[in-house]
Amino acid sequence: MNEAATPWQRARRLLVTVGPGAFWLIVFVLLPSVLVFVASLLSRSSTGSLAPPWGLHNYVRFFSEPLFWEIVGRSLWVGWWATVFTVLLGYPLAFYIAAHRYKQVLLLLVVIPFFTNFLIRVYAWIILLQREGLVNALITAFGLPPADLFPSTLAVYLATVYTYLPFLVLPLYAAVERIDWNLLEAAYDLGATPVRGFWEAIFPQTVPGLFAGFLLTFIPAVGTFVIADLLGGGKITLIGNLIQQQFGSAQNWAFGAAISTILMLMVLLGLWLYARSQGERGLDELV
Amino acid sequence: MKRLLATYSWLVFAFLYLPIAVIVVLSFNDSRFGVSWTGFTFKWYEALLENRRIGEYLGNTLVVAFSSTLVSTVLGTLLAIGIVRYEFRLRSFLRYLLYVPVVVPDVVMGISLLLLFDTVRDSIGWPRLSLFTIILAHISFQIAYVTLVVRARLMMLDPALEEAARDLGADNWRTFWEVTLPLTWPGVVAGALLAFSLSLDDFVVTFFTSGAGSTTLPLYIYGKVKTGITPEVHALSTLMVGATILTLVLGVLFWRRR
Repeated sequence: MNEAATPWQRARRLLVTVGPGAFWLIVFVLLPSVLVFVASLLSRSSTGSLAPPWGLHNYVRFFSEPLFWEIVGRSLWVGWWATVFTVLLGYPLAFYIAAHRYKQVLLLLVVIPFFTNFLIRVYAWIILLQREGLVNALITAFGLPPADLFPSTLAVYLATVYTYLPFLVLPLYAAVERIDWNLLEAAYDLGATPVRGFWEAIFPQTVPGLFAGFLLTFIPAVGTFVIADLLGGGKITLIGNLIQQQFGSAQNWAFGAAISTILMLMVLLGLWLYARSQGERGLDELV
Repeated sequence: MKRLLATYSWLVFAFLYLPIAVIVVLSFNDSRFGVSWTGFTFKWYEALLENRRIGEYLGNTLVVAFSSTLVSTVLGTLLAIGIVRYEFRLRSFLRYLLYVPVVVPDVVMGISLLLLFDTVRDSIGWPRLSLFTIILAHISFQIAYVTLVVRARLMMLDPALEEAARDLGADNWRTFWEVTLPLTWPGVVAGALLAFSLSLDDFVVTFFTSGAGSTTLPLYIYGKVKTGITPEVHALSTLMVGATILTLVLGVLFWRRR
């Protein structure tokens, strides 16, 4: 950036600043991703390690068994509904925080659970939902019979919504903060009802933040294995659980790598669709 | 309408804090089983102090968090400066690569690093899965977050400030130390805090890259949740929640003073 820099100085500056970080990302992020793809083309040896023959057999196996289609479908289904519920909780909240006098404090209140250890938060739901837990204590106080809330699909949904709510609120809040409220005034001047005014003047301005928050919730919700593992009681297998099983008890790394590749491609497809709708800058909104 | 929004929002806040509050309350509950309150006690905290293994796991967790944060903060800050200040051929490629650890599900991140360590070990007999591999793995996702946070701060800065320093005769090194770094510092601290808490929090990547003798607190809690929780875990969780709140509040105070 200063005009006196010789090519040698320029190269040295790049080497010092970008060099180490770029090296790390290439060795520990890019190379492992390539390795996953390579491993997905291998097979499981009799000892459980990766071995030839090479081929697409892991993918063929995945796509030819209805069970695996079902797991992908279930992951997308659970991820979708968990994200929809998260939006229902988070969307009004973002507006409330943005309009509040102590918005910094309220924002901190949203962030604290997000920084609280993930496993503790998941575990807290076990405490709440177990048979002798608080929720059942409330239910029985109303004279109703106690419910089997844990382990259950409901528990998985609750913990997923709970875990990813801050991911949705933060980008959404950033969008709500930037809303031009004059547009609402203009809509009213033009005779719009409050509902129509919100829908046509305000909502479109929150869409970029909503998209970013949706993606930041949906992707990890589809990919997680811990929540379904701990709260589903082994009854719910999502794509993340499948990968974990292949690398754990099943000892079939090649097949696990193929499922990981499929999950990665699903994520990249989602991001590509998002980037296409939001333009190049859209990716920066995500962080 | 306003009242409705406020009520709804505070119910959502209650939803966010109820689970945490229940654990904190239970950590002072005398009863070993269930959630009925049978009296106030510190005995689970005493039991926690006497549990030597937990001390070891805490030590592991902190060793990993401090060393990975140190490395990732230095590398991430430099990388952000390079990406914002210089034009070069790999720039847009690196920008995309930075998003990979942010968007890839952590299971995939965990198994891909496991594959890397395993492949390297098969050929040169090193490294064994240990605290060292956990540290390498944590740095790998932290760098992206640090870079993105510092980059956001750098993009807010006026490049004229650095030019002015150069016009006044400062060399690159002096410009960096006396102008760029002090102005970027809040971003560096925020990035480091984020990296640190991501490391403390991480279970999934740690799960795949840890070996015998490298148990961290999240791994311990996972094991406990699967096999049966003791009230010491409530006490441990409460202390961890307390530490989180303290770190965050300190971070915010630091940020606002700047």
